[in-house]
Amino acid sequence: MGMDNKMIVSSSPHIRSIESIQSVMTDVLIALFPVALMAVLLFGYQALITMVISVATAMLVEALWLRKRDIYNDGSAAVTGLLFAMVLPPSPPWWLVVVGSAAAIIIGKQVFGGIGYNIFNPALVGRAVVLVSWGGYMAGNIWSPPQPFAFGADVAAVTGATALADQGEAIQYKLSDFFIGNVPGCLGETSALALLIGGIWLYYRGHIDWRIPGGYIGTVFIMGAVFGGGFYDNHLMTGLFHVLAGGVMLGALYMATDMVTTPVTPAGRLIFGIGCGLITMLIRLWGVLPEGVTYAILLMNAVTPIIDNFTVPKQFGGVNKSA
Amino acid sequence: MSSTVFKGGVHPDYNKELTATMAVKTMKPPEKVVIPLQQHIGAPCEPLESIVVDAEVKKGQKIAESSGFVSAPIHASISGKVTAIGPYNHPLGRPVESITIESDGEDKWDESIKPPGNPDNLTPGDIRKMVQETGIVGLGGATFPAHVKLSPPEDKKIDIVVINGAECEPYLTADHRVMLEKPEEIVFGLKMMIKALGAEKGIIGIEDNKADAIKVMEQAVSEEDNITVSPLHTKYPQGAEKMLIQVTTGRIVPSGGLPLEVGVVNHNVGTAVAITDAVREGKPLIERVVTVTGSGINRPANLLVRVGTPVSEVVESCGGLKENTLKLVIGGPMMGIAQPNPEIPVIKGTSGILALTDEDVYLAESSPCIRCAKCVDSCPVQLMPTSIAQASEHGLYKRAEKLHAMDCFECGCCSYVCPSKIPLVQWIRIGKAEITKAKKKQ
Repeated sequence: MGMDNKMIVSSSPHIRSIESIQSVMTDVLIALFPVALMAVLLFGYQALITMVISVATAMLVEALWLRKRDIYNDGSAAVTGLLFAMVLPPSPPWWLVVVGSAAAIIIGKQVFGGIGYNIFNPALVGRAVVLVSWGGYMAGNIWSPPQPFAFGADVAAVTGATALADQGEAIQYKLSDFFIGNVPGCLGETSALALLIGGIWLYYRGHIDWRIPGGYIGTVFIMGAVFGGGFYDNHLMTGLFHVLAGGVMLGALYMATDMVTTPVTPAGRLIFGIGCGLITMLIRLWGVLPEGVTYAILLMNAVTPIIDNFTVPKQFGGVNKSA
Repeated sequence: MSSTVFKGGVHPDYNKELTATMAVKTMKPPEKVVIPLQQHIGAPCEPLESIVVDAEVKKGQKIAESSGFVSAPIHASISGKVTAIGPYNHPLGRPVESITIESDGEDKWDESIKPPGNPDNLTPGDIRKMVQETGIVGLGGATFPAHVKLSPPEDKKIDIVVINGAECEPYLTADHRVMLEKPEEIVFGLKMMIKALGAEKGIIGIEDNKADAIKVMEQAVSEEDNITVSPLHTKYPQGAEKMLIQVTTGRIVPSGGLPLEVGVVNHNVGTAVAITDAVREGKPLIERVVTVTGSGINRPANLLVRVGTPVSEVVESCGGLKENTLKLVIGGPMMGIAQPNPEIPVIKGTSGILALTDEDVYLAESSPCIRCAKCVDSCPVQLMPTSIAQASEHGLYKRAEKLHAMDCFECGCCSYVCPSKIPLVQWIRIGKAEITKAKKKQ
């Protein structure tokens, strides 16, 4: 009988949900699958190569850093690698991908103490590193337009401007092009459709709530409609243009919702989303750069602890304010 | 009429099908009982002067009491001879002064136990006195002396009595069976409480995963014009006092406050039956329904067990434990207490005996917090469990207090949902203990 054995004694609860960091990260990878698929359909096999290099580098660098044999481990390095690829042009030089992806893992995450301890979104740290180091490859005016289903074509040979960099270019695209993703841009940012499918999956699995994406996208829409100058058909359509063009959808659904680097309180999450939207639009409308998603999210990451501190929820039956 | 929904909470596997359809069986009175003198919140009891080693006692005879008001007397659960008085293992962890009685095999009631007469003639004071004398405590597991809740201060008017039939703890089905098998007694007990408190109405809250119990209880209250059954959304911890009161009455018990501050008193269905037994038969609380269940129990069952019966004997009567059992829990899996061994007595608050095998017990280490906020979203009292646990882990108890650590009632939702498997409740408990210690010093 088992009775003679000493039983395990531990603090309640005695049952745990089956969810783990690995299962959460795997869910994020599943969410990114339609986005990755669309990237390959739009930008060809070079997009696939970029993603593979980025993911492999991230997993390898993390495994080496942690001296672990299991290179998938908790899955977070794969997520960082894939997200980093999503914010690259479709066919950057391979060494740029390697350096950026390694920087994402090392500077973005491991120097802070690894998973859970990093302040900034690792994939965006990687992007910021290559953006300031090799701006020429990342500039908004030399980006390849998509050539849907043209596998094997040398995408890099053709260049064009992203819609945010050039308004004249922008109005040549229909809103439906932006929705499907048939516009120049980063690998994973162009197709709002694919991003939404993955976002719905993450919502359904309980890994994101409406506050960050809603606050972010809502703010971008309102700012775009009010201050966008109505160049894209009319004011409302210009608001929608700002939501669908560039990296807002990718940022709002996958980057600004990164668990580690964003607030845990419900009010804090909404403030975070609105803040990201505001900064993105400040940069887009009045800044020097054509696009502001990366810096908006990184800046908001920096103030996340302060946001959490000021938005401590009122406890059940409580009357007092924040701690 | 469906109730509102409280914020937060979780949906663990309920695993109630193991015992939900099993009628309550009466366990044979044991050869020996060990009856702890502390089975309730409040002052511990002292043995009566006549209760010494070798003293003869009858079933139902009072053997210990306390002069404090917040306490509940203790009665012999079998007839026989006192063989020891001293410290013994207790489900709460620390040894407690206990009285051991060896059976004379007769199981004879004490002569003083008899029906007190027509319950219609009882005054509120009489009811309170009977509930106190019969040693009734909250049978949901909290074990707060029932007569105290029936004696609110003069200035607090109680208008609603809420009966807790939610039974939101996974695995447990004791309350479910009591509702199916003793609906009339529950309603009568509730009417006694309403009378004792001068309240206006009663509400019986039952989670909607117990459709049969809802039907039976609705039938039982069909003749009563001031008692209703409220089907509740199935979500843990629906049966927690504050959540239950919110969804059944719409009232919010203030932070740090008691239900009576919003005019509500709340009792478990089992307590209502115990009150009926006391008022009708004069019977003290010497037995209770216990769900014996879990993957580690060979033959799960709902049993009527005498207080003081060794848990080991209860488990044996259910076919014993399986070889790969790793945990033995008194209570449910969310808030119950893990035991090092089964040599502990069943007490008034023992709602379940749960044995979990290696398939159900989580053993791996925890990972760093990834700030997913699932603990924040699942907290039924809207705390930030990860932040409180972190403060506690770093000895920052002032910060833990500022983050309302003392509002935590340790339901376990945060630890349950945590993908990093951080023992959040454990850290918060440590924080609460330290905050209380610091307050006492002041």
